[in-house]
Parts: sequence; structure tokens; C-alpha cells
Amino acid sequence: MDVKTPTGTPVAVPGKTGAPAKKGFWAWLNKRMPVEEFISTQLTGYYAPKNFNIWYFFGSLALVVLALQLLTGIFLTMFYKPGELTSFDSVEYIMREVDFGWLIRYLHSTGASAFFIVVYLHMFRALLYGSYKPPRELLWLLGMLVYLALMAEAFMGYVLPWGNMSFWGAQVIVNLFGTIPGIGPALVLWIRGDYAIADATVNRFFALHVAAIPLALLLLVLLHLVALRTTGSNNPDGIEIKEKVGPDGKPLDGIPFHPYYTVKDTVAVGIFFVLFALVVFFVPTFGGLFLESPNFEPANPLSTPEHIAPVWYFTPYYAILRAVPDQRMGALLLLLAVVAFFFLPWLDRSPVRSMRYKGWMSRTALTLFVVSFVALGYLGLQPAEGVYVVLARIFAVIYFAFFILMPFYSKLDRVKPLPERLTYHAH
Amino acid sequence: MRTEAAAVGRTGRTLLALAALAVALIGATARAAEEPAGGEAPQRFGSDWQRWRANNDVTDMPSVQRGARNFASYCLGCHSLKYARWSRVASDLKIPDTLLQQDLLRPGDKPGDYILTSMPATDAATWFGKTPPDLTLMLRARGRDYIYQFLKTFYIDPSRQTGANNLRLPTTAMPHVLSELEGLKRAVFRDVSSPGEGGQVTHEQVFDHFEQAAPGRLSASEYDGFVRDTVNFLDYVSEPTQTARRALGVWVVLFLLVFTWLAWLVKREYWKDVH
Repeated sequence: MDVKTPTGTPVAVPGKTGAPAKKGFWAWLNKRMPVEEFISTQLTGYYAPKNFNIWYFFGSLALVVLALQLLTGIFLTMFYKPGELTSFDSVEYIMREVDFGWLIRYLHSTGASAFFIVVYLHMFRALLYGSYKPPRELLWLLGMLVYLALMAEAFMGYVLPWGNMSFWGAQVIVNLFGTIPGIGPALVLWIRGDYAIADATVNRFFALHVAAIPLALLLLVLLHLVALRTTGSNNPDGIEIKEKVGPDGKPLDGIPFHPYYTVKDTVAVGIFFVLFALVVFFVPTFGGLFLESPNFEPANPLSTPEHIAPVWYFTPYYAILRAVPDQRMGALLLLLAVVAFFFLPWLDRSPVRSMRYKGWMSRTALTLFVVSFVALGYLGLQPAEGVYVVLARIFAVIYFAFFILMPFYSKLDRVKPLPERLTYHAH
Repeated sequence: MRTEAAAVGRTGRTLLALAALAVALIGATARAAEEPAGGEAPQRFGSDWQRWRANNDVTDMPSVQRGARNFASYCLGCHSLKYARWSRVASDLKIPDTLLQQDLLRPGDKPGDYILTSMPATDAATWFGKTPPDLTLMLRARGRDYIYQFLKTFYIDPSRQTGANNLRLPTTAMPHVLSELEGLKRAVFRDVSSPGEGGQVTHEQVFDHFEQAAPGRLSASEYDGFVRDTVNFLDYVSEPTQTARRALGVWVVLFLLVFTWLAWLVKREYWKDVH
């Protein structure tokens, strides 16, 4: 199976050296592309910790939702017509006159919310088990870039149906760029392509939503996976399985990703799609959370909705924005609220990764953070008045305290001794 | 080790439970603040109009059919359903072609046409001050109860150009086109005084109940049925695929449950090797 290189040194042909020579198409293919090598290094030969729990489903689920969004998006693009005069009508055309158009549209609109649910749970997993800590900082940063791209993608997609809330939501979010000192107003004009959110805006948002951002998203997801394959997955115990290897050089507490995690994740995908289908087929608007009622009226610059609120996945940040009386400060805090996640690998000074071995301080901090994130999400959907604003301020302070105080409490916290091997009980 | 793993399982669950609790608490306090003080006087007609519910059922075909008839007779003069076609409505509602031609289509309309009013938009804007809105998606935009309450809370108001006003949409530009059926109602207001700024007492007219001023062709319960049928039709037309959607959904969910069960069997078999 060895071939001679120009220098005379023999090199192995990619694939299983020593194995019986494969014939036919498979051999032909592998001489030209390392398919078998890819499978053996990335799937059957990639060892993952064997103690993954429910929190470890959300990475592969995010990938599934990404595929779903790309696929349904392509079909929507065939019928959707961007433009001030055509957007709204073409969405109704899809809902009524395109065969199964309603299904494609609901899959796509529900998929947007599902994407964020899955990604938020995926991020929570990282917080719970310290998956952002060294050596996985870059993996975490790439994941955060995926999250940023996803936010841009979702926002632009939300504008495309050109409902009244799309229009006013776009107005609010684009105007945030206007608070940047100096270049603000010019920047807003450049983003909109007009003096108002208008035809030019919806056309460029369409271009960005269907071409530019999906490409960036795919590249970032690929890099995220490459980084994951390099460091290997973290696990609920937060210890390295690579440190305990058997005589064959394989991690003692690792199992091949394929078939073990492919079959396990398939079950998760099944459960996910059951829940997903229940929404798509029985409550596609999800009580106005996934598809808001004002968006069943076409964009109207003369009629402002009673209170403008973004879709639920942006509302924690929206609540922070509105909790600050000064708009520029509010926009700055909104930015910081997102950016803060990027610094986690360097804010966490705990000697252990997983919450299992961290002490009460870290556990309390994470609990308070999750409560404040959810509470801010609720408050962002409410009108900004009275007790809602007061509560939003309190929870915003807790939100930022989680990050700002982390170097201190994570250091002070009393940690438990780490186990030698993974905690795993066969079922 | 075992207790550690269990503890973290608990931590995860506790976190989720606490988050849910926080949301519930905030919701409860907010709702409590909005709730008016209880202890109402004996109820008079209309005093509880904000709690009126449409309770329509789009699978009730005769009701949706009657609603279509009501729409064509009373609404289509001014309002369009510009995203809906006659032929689609007829086939969805199982309206025979002859009936469609006879009773619903106007002379010159073809079955494949969109359901459009013949009132020119510019004239309508001059006559009413505002073009009557398209109603295809009104139900999804405002909700079924909104439309139900709107059609049932017209009252005589001589100060309005149309002679009518509405509780759900005050100062509406729409005349009470259904007064022939419902009759005319007078709204009785009560004077509510509250201490204002600087020791002054402010008076406010608050709606109390309706009084029938003139009877219509329909009794109160018949009119209620008329409005419910009409709302039911608007519900159907706002999303004509909704019945098919739910029907298909049952099969999709059943398939996915079987798939998940099989996938779980495969998983269990493979994971027997993992110790």
C-alpha cells in the first residue's frame, strides 16, 4: 500500500494501511479524497467522554436546526419577493397559494426561535461545566461569534416579512447605531440606504440574510467544530479524559463519537422534533411569542404598535437597553451585556471547571444569573413603565455582577477535590 | 462520586425551577396590579363586555359557511379579503359551484378572482375619512375576541358623524352597518369622580351598561350567533390551511414518536457495551 514519493521516502496511502485492499469506487474515491481518513479520525476514531448528559445534546441539535433553516430558507427564497410593496404580499402568497408553503414558512419561523432555545441551552451547558476554560478559550470565542452572527441573521430575517412590528423593530435596532458618537447618524443612513427604513433596507437585509451571513455562519460553525476536534469535548466532571489513556493509546473514559453519540443524539433529535412539530402544527405563533400579532398587519410608518418589543430571544438585552434612562448609555450596556460573554475564559479563576466541584458562591452566582437573564427576557416583553423598569434595573445589575465579580468569587470559592476518572454509571 | 453526579443533576434542575419561579412571580404580581377590585353590582347587559369571548370553532363547517354568507352580504360592500380567492373559499367550505355563482359572486366576478370590494379606495377614504381596512388577516392581527367585541359594542352617539360609536374601538369611522339586525343600543355611563390635583374633583364618564333603544330583526341570541359565525369565517380566512395543519400534525407527531422510540432501542443496544 506504500507509494514512492519524489524523495524516495515511502508514505502511507490515506486510509487503513495494512487492511485488505479496497476495490472499486471506494478505493478510487479514497485515492482522490480522504473520505475514509475523515471518518476514522473525526467520527469512529474521535473519542468523546462517555458521561455526557442531557446538556450535551444541544450542540448537535443546533447543527440540525441550522440545516433545517438553510433548507427551508432556500424554498422560501423561491417565492419570497423582497421589496416595500411585495414582501408582505409574497409571504401571504406562500402561506396560501404555494403547496405546503405554510409548512415551510412555519418550519422556518419556528426554527428561528428553536435555534435560540437550543443555543441558549448550549451556552448554559458551557457555563455549568466550565467548557470555556483553558484549553477551550478559542472554541468558546468562535461559539460566541456564531451567536453574534445568529443574532444578525435572526434580526434581518425578522424584518423580511415586512409586518408592522418588523418595521418598527428595525427602526429601533438600526437607530441604536445612531448613538455611536460622531459617525452614528451617517452610519444609520448607510445601513438603511435611505432616510427611513424603506425599500432599499429590506432589499439589502434580504441579501445579507440569504447570502452574506449564512456563509459567515457556516464558516464559523466549521471553525467551531475544528476547534472542538482539536481540544476534545469537555464533560460534566470538567476533567481531561486524554490524561488517562489505556495501553492502546485511547482514552480510558472515552468512547468513539460514532456509533455511540450518533445513535444517542438521534434519540435527542427525535425528541426535539416531536416538541418542534407540536409547535409548528398546533401553535405556530406560540401565543404571539414566535410570530407576533402586529406582524399580521403590513408595515406602516404612520402607525406605531402599542408597544414595540423585539422577539423573545432579544428581550433580555432589550430590557437592559430600556432600563437606562440615557439612550447612549443603554446602547453601550446592551453591547457590553453581549460582549461580556467573550471574557469568561479570563474572568473565571476557579481551579476547577465543572459546577460539580465548584462551591456555593459559583453555584449561587450562576443561579442568580440565569434567573436574571430569564426575568430580563420577560421584562423586555412588557411596557417600560413603573415596577417593570425598577425590576429591570435590579436584574441588570445582577446580570453584570455575575461577570464583574467572577474573578473574585471564583477565586475565593472553596472547591471540592477532582476525581481521578469520570463519574459514570451504566444504565 | 454518585452523590456528586446526583447533586449536579439537582443543581441543573433547581436552576431551571428557580428561573421558572421568577417568571411566574413577576407575572403574578403584574397581573394582580391590573385586576380591578371585585364585588360587582348585579350584572347588567354589556357591563362585562371586555370579558366577552368569541368561542368560535373553525371546524364547525355550517357556521363558517354562514359566516361567508354574512361577509358577502354585510362586509364586502366596503371590506376586501385581498389574499383570498372565491374558488379557494368555495372548495374549502364545500360550497357548490351553483351556490357560489348564485349567492356569493357578484355579476362579472370569476371564481378565480380575489375577494375584492367594489368600493374604490379613494372614494372610501373621502366618505369615511379612512379606507376600510382589508380583513383577510384582521383576526390574526387583533384576535378573535377583539372582532367579536367590536361587532357587539356599537352604541348610539349623535356626536359622531355616523351616529354610532364603539366601545372596543372608540371613535371608529365604521357606521353600525349591522344595526338593522341588532337594533340600536344606548350606552349608559356613570359619573366617576376622583380627587384631582389641587383639591379639584375630576369627573369621568365611565361606561356602565347598554340599553336597547330599538329592536332589530334578530333577537339578542340570534345576533350573537350571527357575529360568532362571521368571526368564525374571518378566523378561517385568516389562515385557510389551519384545519389541514392540525390534521397533518397528528400524523407527523405520531411518526416522530415511533421514530424516537426506535432510535432509543438502537441507542440502548449500542450502549450495552459502555461500562
